Amino acid sequence: MYLGRVIGTVVAERKYEGLEGMKLLVVEPLDHAGKATREPEVAVDTVRAGHGDLVWLVGSREAALALEPWFVPVDAAIVGIVDDIDAAQEKPAK
Amino acid sequence: MKLCRVLGSVVGSVHHPVYDGQKLLIVVPVDGGDSFLAVDRVQAGVGDTVLVNQEGNGARQLLKMGQQVPIRSLIVGVVDEVHRDE
Repeated sequence: MYLGRVIGTVVAERKYEGLEGMKLLVVEPLDHAGKATREPEVAVDTVRAGHGDLVWLVGSREAALALEPWFVPVDAAIVGIVDDIDAAQEKPAK
Repeated sequence: MKLCRVLGSVVGSVHHPVYDGQKLLIVVPVDGGDSFLAVDRVQAGVGDTVLVNQEGNGARQLLKMGQQVPIRSLIVGVVDEVHRDE
């Protein structure tokens, strides 16, 4: 799992069966200090996250397991909204 | 599995139901690489060196929460000592 910042939304009308109605957000993966770790990616939202929110995500096959139905082609899912980070080093703004 | 150091913790009240009551820690690989999050089931603390399993099937087996568990990284041990050739 990893941290990320919601930086946009994606609208895709024609989607694979099982993905209808799912909210797609553009997320920039971050480390604990708020530094981007790789290129932004598209993730399915399961927690009603909004633009600018600091969230955590699960990747790979486990992303699909956050969804109902779970047998869907998804490789990143937002599974939590961060309230607070308690880390010894610098942390990203909420 | 990866050797990592625990940097801190993350809390969030809005989350997927499987994260209810789970301790979520920030870990960074000791050999370099970006920090990531892992669920802790071995009472690890900040500064500990830990063993992190980054694979969902193993996590599902250990967590015993059924098959539909969106958790992929799990701290499975607190490391006391590592010996290796430099």
